[in-house]
Amino acid sequence: MIAFLDRTARSFLLVEFVKAMALTFRYMFKPKTTLNYPYEKGRLSARFRGEHALRRYPNGEERCIACKLCEAICPALAITIEAEPREDGSRRTTRYDIDMVKCIYCGLCQEACPVDAIVEGPNFEFATESREELLYDKAKLLDNGDRWEREIAANLAQDAPYR
Amino acid sequence: MTSQVSHDRRIKNYHLNFGPQHPAAHGVLRLILELDGEVVERTDPHIGLLHRGTEKLIEHKTYMQAIGYFDRLDYAAPMNQEHAYALAVEKALGIEVPLRGQYIRVLYAELTRIMNHILNLTTHAMDVGALTPILWGFEERETLCEFYERASGSRMHAKYFRPGGVHQDLPPDLIDDIWAWTETFPKVIEDIEVLLVENRIFKQRNVDIGVLTQEQAMDWGMSGPMLRSTGLAWDLRKSQPYDVYDRMDFDIPVGKNGDCYDRFILRVEEMRQSLKIMRQCINELPAGEVLTEDRKVAPPRRGEMKRSMEALIHHFKLYTEGYKVPEGEVYAAVEAPKGEFGVYLVSDGGNKPYRCKIRAPGFVHLQAMDMMLEGHMLADVPAVLGSIDIVFGEVDR
Repeated sequence: MIAFLDRTARSFLLVEFVKAMALTFRYMFKPKTTLNYPYEKGRLSARFRGEHALRRYPNGEERCIACKLCEAICPALAITIEAEPREDGSRRTTRYDIDMVKCIYCGLCQEACPVDAIVEGPNFEFATESREELLYDKAKLLDNGDRWEREIAANLAQDAPYR
Repeated sequence: MTSQVSHDRRIKNYHLNFGPQHPAAHGVLRLILELDGEVVERTDPHIGLLHRGTEKLIEHKTYMQAIGYFDRLDYAAPMNQEHAYALAVEKALGIEVPLRGQYIRVLYAELTRIMNHILNLTTHAMDVGALTPILWGFEERETLCEFYERASGSRMHAKYFRPGGVHQDLPPDLIDDIWAWTETFPKVIEDIEVLLVENRIFKQRNVDIGVLTQEQAMDWGMSGPMLRSTGLAWDLRKSQPYDVYDRMDFDIPVGKNGDCYDRFILRVEEMRQSLKIMRQCINELPAGEVLTEDRKVAPPRRGEMKRSMEALIHHFKLYTEGYKVPEGEVYAAVEAPKGEFGVYLVSDGGNKPYRCKIRAPGFVHLQAMDMMLEGHMLADVPAVLGSIDIVFGEVDR
């Protein structure tokens, strides 16, 4: 009998609604967790796999030695490399293309690279207006490397004990 | 005269095309519903709109390259799929995973389970009309995505579990943050429960909807929360423990009635059990390696690779040819958030699988839609769909 009365009273007084409303009302005063995106950004770790970049040594020499490990491991077949010896006899790429549309950002290229030349940097804002702009060539990748070198080097140094 | 005419007139059932672009269809499901008024007579799921040929692709990739494809099956719970694949390859190779690697895998598998259940529970609530839980739940899911990113480098397609362990060790501050999160998350579960569990609208939409009996669930080959909601405590983590699940102390929640409401409550309870497992993992986390030391399977560490010629050769061999798996066939299954996720690998002794068959729980559950929906109202379709937790990446593969 008491259970019946209790149930009826709860039902008529909309107890669960009132409770839920009170809870949502309390949530209203909690600090906001949303970010005002273009001006505020979430935290990224040192391991983040974003836009690719080809790095250089501090003396300006490009790191890539055209071993083609990244080309071999790429599961999406997004990387194309052609290489021949340079005038000074060192083996360099003449062509290093990444099809960023094919790329699945798995990070295997940077894992495979024995000289830390190709890396996936911290940049994730590289949307373009046309598809063609996402077919990166060597110049674009080296430019990315120059632009992001400080961040990339810091991330690699931070993550070095775990690699 | 007029009454005679209306008596003879036959009313044809109405065919409704639900999806593939319907917001409640959880992706690209297309349901052909045969309706008699508002009552569903027959349900015909049309699948294949997200078919990418994953199984065939895997046959053309080395064992290391194939891991990435498992993230993209059930993209709401990527690491569980990787887990099944890693276990299958390890079984075929006969290698042992270092203990720390096993603990990290269990920790992240349970983290993924919570990630999946947050998505499922809150979208299920949204399908039946409650918009607030998804906003609260996704705040937590964002934190979990961050944990993913800090461990693997990617918020979703992690590629973190490797045959032989995990890719990289977890930094200590990440472990501390996961622990801190396990302390705050139960409050969020409670809050979401306040909104939904007693709510009469939510109950009206879910109680006694899509009822399954234990026999039906077994006959249709169901597993996971679908089977457990009927009262059978079947969980691969208990019945055939893999990695360090045999050391974990947790309960298997079971339902009673096998309806949508039971499945909801059961998943909420599973999140609590997952938290319990995560906390045990963090407490017991041993020191040591995370990836096997077998250099024929796992690449050497970078420092070693740059100094030692032998390591460099291993590195080159692994990233070009990969490793060869002895001839034979293996099946490994994990308790994914949605049910039994299995990988069946056939190797011809080469560096690529000869065949990779993926057993996705979602596919099995989806085929029972017709049985579960027969005689229900149109409005119950999203509720049932939400409660069977469907993700099209794994159904279509």
